[in-house]
Formats: sequence, structure tokens, C-alpha cells
Amino acid sequence: MSAVTVIYALLFYIATAILVIGVARKIFIYARTPQPLKIPTTPAPTTRLGVAARMVREVTVFESLFKSNKWTWLFGWIFHLCLFVELTWHLRYFIEPSPFFLSWLQWFINFTGYGMVLGLLGLWGRRFLVDRVRYISNLSDHLMLALLVGIGASGLSMKFLFHTDIVSLKAFFLGLMSFSLQPLPADPALLVHLTLVATLMIIFPVSKLLHAPGVFFSPTRNQVDNSREKRWVAGWSAAIDNTKKAAG
Amino acid sequence: MKVPHLEPDSMVGSKPYVSKPEHNTPLGFPGELVEGWEQKAVTKLGELVSQSRALQVFLDSCVKCGACTDKCHYYLGTSDPKNMPVARQDLLRSVYRRHFTFAGKFFPKLVGARDMTKEVLDEWYSYFHQCSQCRRCSVYCPYGIDTAEISMAAREVMDSIGQGQKYTNEILVKVHKIGNNLGLPGPALANTLEGLEEDVKEDTGVDVKYPLDVKGAEVLLVTPSADFFAEPHVDGLIGYGKVFHAAGVSWTLSTHASEAGNFGMFVGSSANLHKIAMRIREAALDLGVKRIVVGECGHAWRVAYSFWNTLIGPFDFLDPRYPVPQHICEFTYDLIQKGALKFDKSANDDKVVTFHDSCNVARASRMGNMPGGQFVIPREIIKATCNHFHDMAPETIGEGTFCCGGGGGILTDELIDLRIKGAMPRMQALKDVIEEHGVTHMAAICAICKAQFTKIVPYYKLPMDMIQSVHGLVSNAIVLNAKQ
Ligand code: SF4
Ligand code: SF4
Repeated sequence: MSAVTVIYALLFYIATAILVIGVARKIFIYARTPQPLKIPTTPAPTTRLGVAARMVREVTVFESLFKSNKWTWLFGWIFHLCLFVELTWHLRYFIEPSPFFLSWLQWFINFTGYGMVLGLLGLWGRRFLVDRVRYISNLSDHLMLALLVGIGASGLSMKFLFHTDIVSLKAFFLGLMSFSLQPLPADPALLVHLTLVATLMIIFPVSKLLHAPGVFFSPTRNQVDNSREKRWVAGWSAAIDNTKKAAG
Repeated sequence: MKVPHLEPDSMVGSKPYVSKPEHNTPLGFPGELVEGWEQKAVTKLGELVSQSRALQVFLDSCVKCGACTDKCHYYLGTSDPKNMPVARQDLLRSVYRRHFTFAGKFFPKLVGARDMTKEVLDEWYSYFHQCSQCRRCSVYCPYGIDTAEISMAAREVMDSIGQGQKYTNEILVKVHKIGNNLGLPGPALANTLEGLEEDVKEDTGVDVKYPLDVKGAEVLLVTPSADFFAEPHVDGLIGYGKVFHAAGVSWTLSTHASEAGNFGMFVGSSANLHKIAMRIREAALDLGVKRIVVGECGHAWRVAYSFWNTLIGPFDFLDPRYPVPQHICEFTYDLIQKGALKFDKSANDDKVVTFHDSCNVARASRMGNMPGGQFVIPREIIKATCNHFHDMAPETIGEGTFCCGGGGGILTDELIDLRIKGAMPRMQALKDVIEEHGVTHMAAICAICKAQFTKIVPYYKLPMDMIQSVHGLVSNAIVLNAKQ
């Protein structure tokens, strides 16, 4: 077994462990931390179902972002949509036989790589061109975009310039999942792509990428507006006992 | 709305007076900046975050997309970049990152993490008192990040180390001691109400009562203390009384709970928030009322609508057929729906009215039983009482409404420059409808909005008396002898 294979196998085991444990830990913290008061941003749905619909709109069409800034919405939405299609498409490296629905994506996949990079460059451009966004950008925000652009560009390069042996690649990942190492094709473009992806997985739980799980826990978006109908208590507010005072 | 270019630090000098020991210690805060405050502030911040899912999620989730950067009226009015909601959050987030996150501990430069220093504290003191906690930013953020929550936390941290703000803390002491924000003692209140009864009698010939501490009344009315004498607030109070009279519903005010406002929210102090709210439960039980109705006050309505059930519920001792609490606008609107009130709209024919949605009503509470009822109900009341009504531009009302510029505990004279600048977006929208539709008056349902507007409209070359209480309009138009 080549050194490259061993190193990347280890890298992906470590990256996966960090990603899964790190994000699970954060989700656990979000879930465990109480929200003592009702603070939905109103007008808000008055039923659970309505809140679910609000959340679906937020994560699929970015409703709030659409209200606030059409350019950021456009670039952000294109990027996320393309990323989502690409991630789904990549399932074919992990599942044998490839899931049947992947064939439906065949056509989109011609564009999604470009879409991703285009959306990212649009967002990045705003970090330079709009003085307000420039002001709030940290070095980490630029590096994050660089990382994602790198992932997209290296992915695209394999599609159109440096074809890699995807049959062996699939064997490598299937092998990883069953703990039996298979050789990884040592193509430079592939190695760059994989390194960047693993980096992204590793920094995910300690970065702003936590917005992905975070949005589902955001009280201003996930609370039902029914404070008069249903008494809400959690955390310090659960310690309030008014019945005693009323009697005494 | 034109978005200004950045003028860094143009408002760094805007800060309220620091509170004195006598305004801190009664609230359970140290008298002045304590020894070792740096570490204590960090510890307190950690505590607050561990007790609030909102803070936990908001501090982690911001992606610096910039969508909120042009949404704050203080940024639009001052051009100071630290008044952009995300930049305001970052003043606190930078400290949180430094002390509580992996990235901030090991790569502070990369993620803009900072230690808690005097310079940081000074910035907090300036810019967390340039946020009216209006939540406009939370509407537009893709994750609903609410800078108001972060401002409240920052103020709570500052209070916990003895760096409180004079205006709010002074008022908090007053409300605990005397029962209302203005420090109006019981006898003075009784006098004022008697005076009102005489005025209304003289005006209308009808014996409208403004009762105080009446046991067994049907309704306890809790209203902001400004309603007891300031203009145009008091016209609203006169209006509530006329509505109760016309409806034949017995009601009372309470000296024990002679204040709907709850500044505990502004400083993020759950203990004060709870204690102040508790007076209302006590008064309601003591007087044996069946319903609680809240007068025209924005943040008071937020506390009442969103927090009371949590803080001072359950309300199993009140009549379950009515919402608890009920907004005076809901009360009046119900009667209008039932045809129980008679109006002579021509009494308001000297006015072309527009309506200012108060931030806390618009984005932190509701009226009626459907989402957005808080926008419909006050407008329906105005339309029932006035012949001429025009809304301001759609992006400046409803959920996108601009704050008056004086909310959240900054309605104090030393911040007048900030208040004038922060009102700019609202004033611009107002001027547009004045020009296009000949609007002459702007009605509001918030004591802070009314106080702020009457103070700052002259700076925009508009007359003070153009600001109205919604129930002032009701008061003008209601026909009382219908029932006599
Ligand atoms: S809550 Fe209002 S005042 Fe505060 S940052 Fe957001 S928009 Fe500005
Ligand atoms: S809109 Fe939300 S996520 Fe975007 S910069 Fe503002 S606070 Fe951060």
C-alpha cells in the first residue's frame, strides 16, 4: 500500500471523526441550552406546523435573506443549491450500486461546479467591493471562501482537464468505510481536492459553518408565537413559582 | 433609502452618563467598576451564554454575509460602521471568541478575537447604548440573529461589573421604590386622575371615570406612566377611559402597578424584569379583577404579550374568555367589530393621519389571533375614527418598520444627537407622505415613540403636536352620549 493511500485514509478518518463529534457536540450544546423567554421575530407562525413551514422556507429559498439583499441572496442561493446537488452527486463514491436518483442529476451536474464557484466569487467580490461588507470581513472569512473556491476549482479541473480514475477512487472510499484499505489514485488534482475537503471537515465544528445546524436552533425563527395561549418556561424561568406567592 | 458610506468612529464619543452607586446597589449591581472587572466580565459572559440558547446560537452562527449592515436606523443615520448590527455584535463576539472558542483561543487574529480590555469596555459602553433593541436586524438576518439579545447581554455584563447606565438604572430604582418610571406617588396619581375626570366632564358633559385602586373592577388597566400627564400620551389615556365608559366595562388603574414599562428588559436583567412584572400579578390578585388590559406602550407590550405568562403566569385566576393580557387596541377593536362604539369621524377631519408601527409591537409581539394582527388592528382603529389615512412607504412600516430612534433605554438628553440621527429614516418616510399625501399627523402606540418624536420632530422642521396617540384619535371621535 502506498504512503499516499495510508496518509489520506488516516486524514479522512480523522476529519470525519472531528466533523461528526464536533458537530454532534455543538448540536448537543444547542439542544441542552435553555431559551428562558419567548422571542420569535414576529409576525411569526402561531402553530408548530407554521414554524416548520417557516424553517423550510428559510433553509430552501433563504426567505429572510431574500427580503434583505438580492445580490447576496442570488450568489448565496446559487452557491448553496449547487453545493447541495454536488454533495448528493458525490454519494456515488460512497454507495454501491449508486443510488438510482443520481441519474436525475446527470444534467444539472454539468453546471453545478461552475455555479458553486460563480456564487462564491460573487460573495467574495462583495467582500471587496461593498465597503460595509469589507469592514466586517475577517481574515478567516476570506480564507473560508478561498477554501471553498479551491474545492470547487479542483473538482472542476478533474472533470474537464485531469481526469482521474473514478473506479479506483470509489473503491478507496468503499474500502475506507469497510476498514479495508484500497489504493488511492495519486493524481495531483485529486489530492488537492481531497486535502481541501478534509480541511473543511476539520474546521467545520469550530467555524462559522456552524450556521448550518445553528439555523434550526435559532429561537427567533423556531419558536411558535403562542405565548398567551401556552405558558412557556425553560432555564431560569422554569424556576419561577408564582403559585406559592399567590397563596401567601 | 440611501445607504451611507462608512465614517469609522464618528459616534464613538456618544455615550450615556454612567450610573452612580445609589442607582446600582438597590438593583443588586456593584456600585462602581469593580476590581478585576476584566475577568469578572468574561465569567459573567460565559454564564449568560450558557443560560441562553439565543446567545449560544447567535454568537456561533453569523457568517458575515453583510445582509444586516444597512438595516439599522443608527447606521443609516450616523454612518458609523460600529452601528451596523453585525459590527455591533462583533464587539461582544470578539471577546466571546477569545475566551470560549477554539479558534479564538488559538488563532485570535484570524477570527478577530479580542481580550476584554478597557478599550473594549469603552466601545461596549458607547455602542451597546446606540442600539434601541428594535430587532429590525433580526428580520433580515438569514439566521434570525437578534442584536437586541446581544445588546441586552452586554448591558447585563456591564451592570454586573458596576458599569451601568444612569438613565435606565435610575428609572429601575424608581419603579421598585415608587411604582412607576416617573416616580409619581399614589396621591399625585389620584389627583391627576381626578383632574382628568373634570376636564372630560367639561369637554363632553359626560361623567367618564378614571378609577384608581377599585377592588372588584372587571379590568385592570396597566399603562405607561407618561400617559398620566405628558402630551400626547394623556389624550390616549382619556381615550381609554371613554372606551371603557362607552362599553360599560368597569375598570381600574392601580397605584401598586402604575407602570406598564419594564426597563428590566433593556438592561437584560432577568431578576429586575421578573420583579417589575410581578407587581402586575400582585395588583390583579389584590384588586380581584377579571381581565388585564395594557395601554399604548411598545416594549411594555412586548414584555406583557411575550413574557408575562412565563414570568407571572399562570393566569388561571382571570376570565379565560379573554386573552391575557389584552392590548387596549384589541379591546377597542373588538368593540368596533361588534358595533358597540359610535364615532363621529369628522371630529378628526382636520387631520390626515399616518401610523408609525412601534418596533416592539411590530417585531416582538402580536395583537389579535393571526400573525400580523399588530399591523391591522391599530390601522383599523384609526380608519374607524378618521376619514383620512395614508401609510408610509411599505418597506418602512410593518415588520420592516424603523424605530423612532429613542427606544431601548436611550431616551435621555445626553444622547440627543444619537436620537436625532437615529430618527432620520423614519423622518424621511414621514416627510415623503407629507409631501405626497398631505399627511399632517403621525399616530403611535408607544410612550417612548411619542416622547422621542415630540422631542425630535422640531429638528426636522416639523411641528411637535403632529404626534398623536391612537386612542387620542379615538377620544376625539367617540360619541359618548349614545349610551346616556
Ligand atoms: S436591534 Fe435595532 S438598533 Fe439594535 S442593531 Fe438591530 S436594528 Fe440596530
Ligand atoms: S445578516 Fe446575520 S449572518 Fe449576515 S452578517 Fe448580519 S448578523 Fe451576520
